Amino acid sequence: MRLNMFIPFAIFCLLSAALFVGLNLNPGNIPSALINDPVPEFSLPIVGGEEIGFSSNDLGAEDEVILVNFFASWCAPCYVEHPFLMKLKERGYKIYGVSYKDKARDTNGFIERQGNPYYKIAADEMGRVSIDWGVYGVPETYIIKNGIIMYKHAGPIHEMEFEDKIIPIIESIEQ
Amino acid sequence: MRYILSLFVLMTLSFSALAVGVDEVRLADPAEEARAQGLMKQLRCLVCQNQSIVDSDAALAKDLRIIVRERITAGDNDEQALSFMTSRYGDWVLLKPPFDGGTIILWLSPLLLLIVGFYIVYRSQKGRQTKLIVEPLSAKEQSRVNELLKEGNGD
Amino acid sequence: MIVEIGHYTLILACCLSFIQGTIPLYGALNNKGRLMAVSAPAAYGQLFFAILSFAALMYAFVVSDFSVANVARNSHTLKPMLYKISAVWGNHEGSILFWALILSIYGAMVAYFGRNLPKTLHVKVLAIQALVGLGFYLFLLLTSNPFERVYPFPMEGNGLNPLLQDPGLAFHPPLLYMGYVGLSVTFSFAVGALIEGRVDAAWARWVRPWTLLAWCFLTAGITLGSWWAYYELGWGGWWFWDPVENASLMPWLAATALLHSAIVVEKRDTLKSWTVLLAIIAFSFSLLGTFIVRSGVLTSVHAFATDPERGVFILMFLFLVIGGSLLLFALRADKLQPGGLFAPISRESMLVINNLLLSVAAVVVLFGTLYPLLRDAFTGDKITVGPPFFNIAFGFLMIPLLLVMGVGPSVNWKRADLKGLASRLSFVFLTSLAATICFFIISGGGDIMAAVWLGLGLWLALSTLFEWAERIKIFKSGAIKRMSRQPRASLGMSFGHLGLAVAVIGMAGSSFWSTEYQNVMAYGDKAKIGGYELEFIDTDGVTGPNYTAVKASFDVSKEGIFIDTLEPEARVYLTPPMPTTEAAILSTFSGDLFVVIGEANSEGYDRWAVRLYYKPLQIWIWSGVIIMVIGGLISLSDRRFRTGAPKGGKK
Repeated sequence: MRLNMFIPFAIFCLLSAALFVGLNLNPGNIPSALINDPVPEFSLPIVGGEEIGFSSNDLGAEDEVILVNFFASWCAPCYVEHPFLMKLKERGYKIYGVSYKDKARDTNGFIERQGNPYYKIAADEMGRVSIDWGVYGVPETYIIKNGIIMYKHAGPIHEMEFEDKIIPIIESIEQ
Repeated sequence: MRYILSLFVLMTLSFSALAVGVDEVRLADPAEEARAQGLMKQLRCLVCQNQSIVDSDAALAKDLRIIVRERITAGDNDEQALSFMTSRYGDWVLLKPPFDGGTIILWLSPLLLLIVGFYIVYRSQKGRQTKLIVEPLSAKEQSRVNELLKEGNGD
Repeated sequence: MIVEIGHYTLILACCLSFIQGTIPLYGALNNKGRLMAVSAPAAYGQLFFAILSFAALMYAFVVSDFSVANVARNSHTLKPMLYKISAVWGNHEGSILFWALILSIYGAMVAYFGRNLPKTLHVKVLAIQALVGLGFYLFLLLTSNPFERVYPFPMEGNGLNPLLQDPGLAFHPPLLYMGYVGLSVTFSFAVGALIEGRVDAAWARWVRPWTLLAWCFLTAGITLGSWWAYYELGWGGWWFWDPVENASLMPWLAATALLHSAIVVEKRDTLKSWTVLLAIIAFSFSLLGTFIVRSGVLTSVHAFATDPERGVFILMFLFLVIGGSLLLFALRADKLQPGGLFAPISRESMLVINNLLLSVAAVVVLFGTLYPLLRDAFTGDKITVGPPFFNIAFGFLMIPLLLVMGVGPSVNWKRADLKGLASRLSFVFLTSLAATICFFIISGGGDIMAAVWLGLGLWLALSTLFEWAERIKIFKSGAIKRMSRQPRASLGMSFGHLGLAVAVIGMAGSSFWSTEYQNVMAYGDKAKIGGYELEFIDTDGVTGPNYTAVKASFDVSKEGIFIDTLEPEARVYLTPPMPTTEAAILSTFSGDLFVVIGEANSEGYDRWAVRLYYKPLQIWIWSGVIIMVIGGLISLSDRRFRTGAPKGGKK
């Protein structure tokens, strides 16, 4: 019995361990390339208007932890997520909303029917500002403090995930 | 439940992804358009799996194609245009992983594995060649070799 | 009722596989003949119940019994009968049942054709085969019961993913699974031999036909999948280095290596522990492929059922089967005494190089496929390893492989004369080199790699033909007689290599010289591509059994002469609602004209997104693979394999 005959077995053990870890990872979830970077410079109009809804300066001026949520009335998971955003608003979170590639009328209808969880809403009709943020689908939610992107969540947020993942992050930022 | 939801997101996102994407606005200069096409082939469509943005009709892929053409018109070289993308979406968007500290093992793996393989073959053969000198073939083994040699000529 | 019978027979098959995997094995280890006699009948019984179980599931699909959850999720009354049947294996539970069924088919085949094997080896091989099957039965019964009922049951089913509703994909899984599972026999033989502690020429002679059979199925299955991707996905490509494709390529590479190393064991009684290891690895790649597809650990366009909990089960099973056999290998491989020696220039050396390159290629494909996952697991970084990496890395390994393939068959066993070899082959080499250069100049240059691949294809084709001509001494009298008396295995080898040469030439053509044209076209617009002229005539609405479609028609002409009308479709399926493209392809010897129609322009319905591709030599790829499979079948029909067990004189 020679020791080097065990090499295939050892390599396979390593591979299995990696696969086991891999089972708990989500291959579709791409982290933001902008973590710990300032938010990209932008200025977006309000929904269906010319005036400025909010800009990167507004986000930079906030000294509490805020959320920036990208949504659209045509996106089914956004409806799934919406009641939870309303809850977050009740809990006192300040959420900036960016309506992504949506018609003004549809966005307004969505807000009227579903309720408005947002502190301010801006429209990114061309979707170009969202691309600067690295958005690849809606909904996506960013956690921002002092104009710095701390975390990004892709897909609808729901209670469990918020408690498990996002609250600890917010707490660690606030300390 | 969490899992079902994320699956749902993936599905809704990818439904539109299997048609063909054709752009009406293309660059006037064929050389520049060809460069743009080359770059697009290197960029991964974010909402589909394992496709480049050329092969996807997803709205985001369409937007990214427009951006690639804009960057070229703005005078970016290939590297600048790609880094425009990676600064937003990370190295994940590059279908060809960059050659750096994190991927050097990956890129060199074919060569390294070959070297290791040849070394193993060399070692095992060398070990046995020397053994042969110590223990010559027995008569029985010799006859076996002859027998095998005879039949071995067929194929 | 029939569905419950299916469930019940599945449990019976599971029990029988347990019996087949334990009692005879105990008998073999303790030399109790009566216990060993249980083995073959159990294998036949297991096959019988597996067939019943599978037939029951198929029945549920055929009659659209939506009280079965699996049928409700994956079928629909409006679906054509072919796709009702193909839906049986087009879903997670059904495909695993299908795996188990094929496993039991191979088990019964080994039981029947292996009657004249040494009894203890026969019993051990069947026991290993049954234990692998047991894992699949338990997986079905515990996590993925295909016969689960739903109540209240829906009136209509969800339908099958429209991409899978295609004749190419209806037959792709059965072929591929026959290949994947065929490697289980080789695996069982390897593990059986490790327990016995003996590997010899007889063993190799036994293993080769099974490997060859699995290899033929794998080759055909992979190609059918590739062909499907080519015409169905509408991107004009035929290989995307998608994780699921890679999962099927890895066992193919390992099986190809095994095919060659088993020759060395058979002829020269050496490379034994390596061949056993390779047999284990080849089947491990099959299982790993199943794991990758089924667990969702790497999502891909092909994966249609993903579930992390099932992933944990498969991973545990994988660990037991692969880890266990590799451990056994580590403990017992020393018993396998190496045999004949060989010089650096010899047939053995060539086959060793072949094995080295093929196994490194398989490992590199595995590494590249899993690299994003490994990186994510260890550092949290997300990166993509896409086609450009695989093309470079795989190409790097295939160039020397193709070079060696041209030389290998002309080299003598044990020790070859380098000078004689060089003088015999230099003519072939220079001819292919000159032809490549001429062609390159005539075609007006282009990518140098195109010439390299074309040249390699030519070299392989010419050297294979040359070796064949030399073997039968074609210019001396009696050549015809010698030709007909060739061992089928040698003829099969020539076919196999020639087929690969043809495929390589096709790949070079379709990858490097393909042209594409994409634009928004209106009725009456014309486009030129690959020497053809196309005119967009009009579009028409079409209603299929379970889809609606827009059918466009294009008149194709060449130099003013009308050739054909191509009618690509853009379909929208009803259940589930999903658009697909049906490309129209005009295939000729020199290239494929490929037309895909996309969506209508939003401003009006007379302007449509259109993509045209011209893929030179595309058909060569498919033809080459068909030649390869024919080669495999010819080799399989060799008398040496048919007689099966070696004669008593050999030990």
